[in-house]
Amino acid sequence: MPIKNKPKLTYAEVTPKNLYFNRRNFLRGLSIAGAATVVGERFASILSQPGSIQANSKLVTVKSNYTVDEKVTSENDVTHYNNFYEFGTDKGDPAKNAQNFRTSPWTVSVEGDVKTPRKFSMDEILKLAPLEERIYRHRCVERWSIVVPWIGYSLSTILKFVEPLPKAKYVAFQTFYDAKQMPHSYNTGLDYPYVEGLRLDEAMHPLALLCVGMYGETLPNQDGAPVRMVIPWKYGYKSIKSIVKIRLQSSEPSTTWNRQAPNEYGFYSNVNPNVDHPRWSQATERRLGEIFMHKTLMFNGYADQVASLYNGMDLKKFH
Amino acid sequence: MRKFLAGKWAKVFVFLLSCVPLLVLIWRGFHSDLTANPVEFLQHQTGDWTLRFLIFTLCITPFRKVLNLPELIRFRRMLGLFAFFYVSLHFLTYLGPDQSFNPAGMFKDVVKRPFITVGFAAFVLLIPLAITSTAGWVRRLGGKRWQAIHRSIYLCAILGVIHYYWLVKSDVREPLFYGFLVGILLLWRFTEWLIKRRAAALAHTTAIRTL
Repeated sequence: MPIKNKPKLTYAEVTPKNLYFNRRNFLRGLSIAGAATVVGERFASILSQPGSIQANSKLVTVKSNYTVDEKVTSENDVTHYNNFYEFGTDKGDPAKNAQNFRTSPWTVSVEGDVKTPRKFSMDEILKLAPLEERIYRHRCVERWSIVVPWIGYSLSTILKFVEPLPKAKYVAFQTFYDAKQMPHSYNTGLDYPYVEGLRLDEAMHPLALLCVGMYGETLPNQDGAPVRMVIPWKYGYKSIKSIVKIRLQSSEPSTTWNRQAPNEYGFYSNVNPNVDHPRWSQATERRLGEIFMHKTLMFNGYADQVASLYNGMDLKKFH
Repeated sequence: MRKFLAGKWAKVFVFLLSCVPLLVLIWRGFHSDLTANPVEFLQHQTGDWTLRFLIFTLCITPFRKVLNLPELIRFRRMLGLFAFFYVSLHFLTYLGPDQSFNPAGMFKDVVKRPFITVGFAAFVLLIPLAITSTAGWVRRLGGKRWQAIHRSIYLCAILGVIHYYWLVKSDVREPLFYGFLVGILLLWRFTEWLIKRRAAALAHTTAIRTL
């Protein structure tokens, strides 16, 4: 793919505006925390202000090796073209209907077959490890794709923190659900809360990103605020949004789309141009912002990193 | 109302009204307002308007009879041709951006994907209806035969609804709504046909009895 308008600076290299204007607070914060261990600091919690629309606090990030050198999709497209059925099934619905979604306070329970199950506040999650900016390809099962500068760190960081027990073989995720805040979720054809899952070795793969932001800021509500998964070698619906529960377990977890249509959406759902969706081909995709289709890559272009996870597996059977 | 419907401006008015969806799309196109995925948006919009115009066309006969407005027949051909116009645009958004104007690749897709197969079949079935929509063709074919051929619009509408139903992933409300409308319009015709048949049978038996 030709690289047009390649930015000279990455998001990570620019001092975020908020940080710049609050540099004294930042320095004070540094001295209180006592040092350079504080890498992710969150300023101006717009979230807690009533009537605020988007969670757009700047995030400080470090560079990452897990980044592709491709033209990033426009932020406006990524924030106005969403599949988040709890807020409506039209691509434009979540941007409208998720505006008042309350994402603070927020806790994520990490539980199940682990040595030290515990609940993490968003503050703790933001400080658990340095936040990295990673530019990933993201491919939806509906044949559109985007390239996004996500912010977060490997899911393995938090999993190692709670110490999985040997009997843990899978990780189950659950999205927040509140019918009152999500009235558009009725009659969308899915059961809620939305659930997803990974095999433990997939979850421990460094590319599996626990994501708290994009485009230099915290996640907008419609893109899965305040914390979501991004699994770049799988179809988009595996990258579960607005997570409240992460559970380690010995059995394969049930997943929402698999329940809805088992023949169309498998547990693995790896991007695979050779295994078609029963109703349409998966050989090509359309980048948002482009007219014509281009070829879809095996494991969405991440085959070198992840193909070994599936050695000896029939990828058609385990689609 | 009657006077307007029978007058010469009514057709111009309906024609202009039928162009509005296209004009809106063009206007939005010039204002970069076709969503983040313009191709998909145009595909969905032209598909929606095809179904809507098929339904408008199917509404003419029941509305004429129920509302006692025979003048409505003047608009049926135009509405049908607009359905064909929007389905042609719909087809072009598929042949172009999706299939890169490659007919061989397109036919492979048509054969392999049931949801494309039914949509394509409906499009192909509409072509002879558009061609034979002129007064000349009605004369050449004869009223009865012409009508028999043009009844295939019922099938086109059903195929169009199936095409939409098979496209969506889980939220089937809209395709079901179109299916409901098409169902009512076809049911009305079926009941009419039943009533006519019974009346004919009754007339027949009374005729025998009086003998």
